[in-house]
Amino acid sequence: MEAWFALLVGIFFTVAVYLMLSKFIIRVLLGVAVLGNAVNLLIFTGGRLTRDVPPVIAGGAGALDGPAANALPQALILTAIVISFSFFAFLLVLAWRAYADLSTDNTDEMRVAEPVKEPMPPLGY
Amino acid sequence: MAVPTSSSVDLSAALVLGPTTVADWLVILPVAWCFAIGALLVMLRRAIGLQPIIAVAGLAGLVLIDALLLGHVAAKGPVTMVMGRWLPPFGIAFTVDLTGALFALVAAIVALAGGIFSLADINDSGRRYGFYPFLMLLMAGVSGAFLTGDVFNLYVWFEVLLISSFGLLVLGSEPEQIDGTVKYGFLNLVATTLFLVATGYLYAVFGTLNMADIARKAEGLRASAPLMTLTALYVLAFGMKAAAFPVNFWLPASYHTPRVVVSALFAGLLTKVGIYALIRVMVMLFPVEREELSFVMALAGALTMIIGVLGALAQTDFRRILGYLVVSGIGSMLAGIAVGGPGGIGGAIFYALHSMLVMTGLYFAAGIAARLGGDSSIATVSGLYRKNVGFAALTLMLCFAVSGLPPFSGFWPKVMLVKAALDIGAWWLAAVLLLAGFCTVIATGRLFLLAYWRDDADVAVETVRLPSAVLAPLAALSFLTLGIGLYPEPLLATIQSAAAGLAEPSAYLNSVFPAGGLR
Repeated sequence: MEAWFALLVGIFFTVAVYLMLSKFIIRVLLGVAVLGNAVNLLIFTGGRLTRDVPPVIAGGAGALDGPAANALPQALILTAIVISFSFFAFLLVLAWRAYADLSTDNTDEMRVAEPVKEPMPPLGY
Repeated sequence: MAVPTSSSVDLSAALVLGPTTVADWLVILPVAWCFAIGALLVMLRRAIGLQPIIAVAGLAGLVLIDALLLGHVAAKGPVTMVMGRWLPPFGIAFTVDLTGALFALVAAIVALAGGIFSLADINDSGRRYGFYPFLMLLMAGVSGAFLTGDVFNLYVWFEVLLISSFGLLVLGSEPEQIDGTVKYGFLNLVATTLFLVATGYLYAVFGTLNMADIARKAEGLRASAPLMTLTALYVLAFGMKAAAFPVNFWLPASYHTPRVVVSALFAGLLTKVGIYALIRVMVMLFPVEREELSFVMALAGALTMIIGVLGALAQTDFRRILGYLVVSGIGSMLAGIAVGGPGGIGGAIFYALHSMLVMTGLYFAAGIAARLGGDSSIATVSGLYRKNVGFAALTLMLCFAVSGLPPFSGFWPKVMLVKAALDIGAWWLAAVLLLAGFCTVIATGRLFLLAYWRDDADVAVETVRLPSAVLAPLAALSFLTLGIGLYPEPLLATIQSAAAGLAEPSAYLNSVFPAGGLR
């Protein structure tokens, strides 16, 4: 089970890296979204996959008997999902605003902060 | 954990049953304080006259809290507070040792200076769009990152400071700010995602995320687990955060775009959080792997220093010169981490603390220079010396400090780093450290020559009075670096015991697991 998930995570990472190497912001953004999901699946797989019972302690017992699903990776993923979703939302708005203000979503043409043809620094008094 | 036979469970194995003392609260207070003030400022977002007063008072309070915390830690050793009374490794722990407390205190001082400077730098629209709430939440993230004892928690604090920094960076919505934020935002998000990947593997290998728990389990797992892969991932993720070569190019692309005070705070705080995390992970958690990676780290550090100073020499814009000087300073800290030992680690910590104060001060100076000269290009700005002599003197002090010249704070960490590099026979690293210092002198000298000493012969220069809100924080930071340079002994002693505590974390472990722990 873990091996299949590892393969799936690998595919997700490949897709994400491919998309993020693009020079168009919108594709980079999609890459970021895929990357977040790849990492979430990775954490999930890192917590070991089982088809066993949920980690609920029966009434009267003091501890779990037998193997159960690991709840901690799910808590970690929940946190990571919330964070990556909020970041995705911010970057989406930022990309839209960049497109509206700079009228391009090509990062090669977005050279406002670092102009292409800059004059030489002063070489003497 | 022993399985209890009846339903009555022995809670003392998993919970803190004693009452929480006031001293315990001090551990969490910097973060809680920042969140509380930040929330208050969000509620009062329409009262823009009130916002700066509350924020500056809040930051002054933060300095006080962090100073108390540092005193407490220096007296009692590392202290731990666990959330919801759950003992580690179940609960989330905040563990403060000397390193964390030192970084938190200097960060608070820098933020207070920024808060005062912002009184004259942030206009009404900046206030209305929430500069001060973002600043307090940024400080919550920074303090949390310095004080937490849990790796996943560290990731969450990184995200808190990252989202606040996005807000601060884009404040004003100029085209170049949007461009800078796009580059900063995407690349930093990739860096934090890499950090999350490494943390996922860390959990898979160790089954725990508590730093103290990891530190004591690493020895037993070294033979079977891919700890080298983990460490390399952390180096890449934190190196990107700290703007180390070859993943540094987002910093000069974005740091010169926002408001001056925002650049100053970023230069002081954000890259140093990356360095702090690198020191924590490399020195405390994976010391053997740090040893093996030391050549790669030294090479990255040397290249970062060289790229930084060459970039600074090639720039015309005051703030972009400073952006490259931030990068070059990061190289010195990486060199210290690579060299290791008390001299290297202590030197890296000292350099980081010095760089927080000096880079913030220099960005303030850049802002004042642009205000006096009407432009931020050193090709057109001239005669600043005659416009305000006091300001020129303060800038010169900071230029000396960043170049590592005595009697300012940059001198001592440089001496420690060069000596530590020579002690292990890495003469080339010592040579690069000195060469980078020399080139920094040229870069800052050129800056001072062109912008301050050069006069337009046909234009009469009048002296300009500066408001004390911009001059006071600059003067405070300059005199602080002078003070550290002239009398470094107390800070040096604290830093040396902080470095010793990282290399030999038994006191840290004892504070998290007082009775030897569960397993």
